[in-house]
Amino acid sequence: MTTAVLPRALSVPSWVRTARGALLKIATAAIVLVAAASITFFAQLLVPGDRATAILNQQTGRAQQYTTAELAPVNAQFGFDRPLISQYLDYVTGLFRGDLGTSYTQHRPVTEIIGDQIGPSLVLTAAALVTAWVLAVGITLLTVKRRRAVSALGSTWEALTASLPPYWIGVVLLVVFAVQLRIFPVIGETSARGTVLPVLTLAIPLAGFLGQVTRDEFEKVLDQPFITTARTRGMSDTAVRLRHALRHSVVPAITLSGWALGALLSGAVIAENVFGRPGIGQVLVTAVNTRDVPTVSGIVLVVAGVYVIANLVVDLAYTVVDPRLRAS
Amino acid sequence: MTAIALPYRAALRLRPATVVSVLVVAVLVVALIAPGLLTTRDPNAIDLQSTLLSPSWSHWFGTDDAGRDLYTRVVYGTRESFGIGLGATALAMVIAIVLGFVAGLARGFVDTVLSRILDVAFAFPVLLLALLLIAIRGPSLGTVIVAVGIGSAPGYARMVRGQVLHVRQAGYIQASHALGHTRWAVIRQHLFPNAMRPLVAMMTLGIGQSIVWASGLAFLGLGVAPPSPEWGALLDAGRAAITTSPWLEILPGLVIVVATLALTSLGRTLQHRLEGAAR
Repeated sequence: MTTAVLPRALSVPSWVRTARGALLKIATAAIVLVAAASITFFAQLLVPGDRATAILNQQTGRAQQYTTAELAPVNAQFGFDRPLISQYLDYVTGLFRGDLGTSYTQHRPVTEIIGDQIGPSLVLTAAALVTAWVLAVGITLLTVKRRRAVSALGSTWEALTASLPPYWIGVVLLVVFAVQLRIFPVIGETSARGTVLPVLTLAIPLAGFLGQVTRDEFEKVLDQPFITTARTRGMSDTAVRLRHALRHSVVPAITLSGWALGALLSGAVIAENVFGRPGIGQVLVTAVNTRDVPTVSGIVLVVAGVYVIANLVVDLAYTVVDPRLRAS
Repeated sequence: MTAIALPYRAALRLRPATVVSVLVVAVLVVALIAPGLLTTRDPNAIDLQSTLLSPSWSHWFGTDDAGRDLYTRVVYGTRESFGIGLGATALAMVIAIVLGFVAGLARGFVDTVLSRILDVAFAFPVLLLALLLIAIRGPSLGTVIVAVGIGSAPGYARMVRGQVLHVRQAGYIQASHALGHTRWAVIRQHLFPNAMRPLVAMMTLGIGQSIVWASGLAFLGLGVAPPSPEWGALLDAGRAAITTSPWLEILPGLVIVVATLALTSLGRTLQHRLEGAAR
């Protein structure tokens, strides 16, 4: 971020600077996306051996060499016979048309494969983000700066849950609530009942992480003079926490929500796998197993895109909401 | 490393969590070097008379579908899990130190370019980047180490860069410039050792994190494959019997959780101590 060198009176109007800053951020995000796409494109070239041979072998389930005549249609279908630079330009411009290439195994557009399966994953991710926030804010409000034992309990819980690997939480939840107590179905469904455990699997560690960040900030805010002022005005402790402290203390955690969305989407791969729930994660694991590189790159790129766009939105929303950022 | 020479009083103020972490790590180190001290059984001894036994006095963690003692397998799996963790972290650190130092020392244009590259790398979650590499190269021990190492490098690179920028402003760096030392001598004698100070702590945190990533990949069936007692591979092997013999899944997972928590807690403690020592 650049600081305005000109004195206020001489400088351009603030909305122009805000708009300029926003445009710059959008442009940067677009460049990051193109760069990410370049990485996934060149990664595809690292497939050992000849790609057309690999695709034919995948189809026939054999491992053999083919004649040039046999390889020609495959090379033509995927465009391997064209110069690298035109393949690259095609790939990058294709992204803007919503084209992520063709699957090596399913022989249909990657965008179509993703479109078919992303619904349940988005539901899972969004529900997990909301649940994580509710858990994090709830636990922070209840335990921060209370009696020592209560505060310690809250921060221990956060430190513990934040470092739990999702596959383990998933397995424990599955064994306890689905196998033993039979409250939820064992085999993944996209029904509301089947969604509860996968959502908790993703939400519990994220809540621990968001809680740690929120707690630090909450403790700082409660020591601020304006909190003391509010208390001397006779405001109750609950009101101080809800009306004054909470608003300030969630700010850093909101910044992390863009990052969290990316983390949740990759966590969804594991959660869907544990519960056998349909979604993009299942497609991804199958694609990695069958070495279907275009589908894997496509999904990875979509997740990277979600991450970049979410961060951009958070960033832009900030400059609008927080006047302190606009000034600088 | 001089980092170990802690002030006497600080050494006395050990928190219980630190003591427990040190104990856990000590047991892990024993399992790493001499697994035979922790168990008398053979990790691969098949006993078809006692398959899928639940945890008991004679089999602390129960037995798997071939009657192998799970506790023994976890003990022997430590070497492989830590091997992956160490390998991936070392790779990440090498990449991070090179990128971080080049960016932090060059500043200006080179720094901007490297920082943007790191921004791009950050857009890829570690797990997904690892999956992309595995799709390209096929699953193997080497791919897992490289994938986790490359995936976690950008975070460390950013930390190293920050550390270099921080240290180069210190008074003693300016002083040694003023004393007429060459740029290279200042970098080698003062900047490098001081910027590397938090690395011990970062590595401790990194090993735990790498073990979690690698076992996650194995859990998906895309890391180290089952006959191996690597912790993630044990999770993968136990999945088929999850409804009937859940301990095969829960106990190795618990070991991973405890090991990671101990490493993380130890790493954080080291971080605080070293920050204190640097002042």
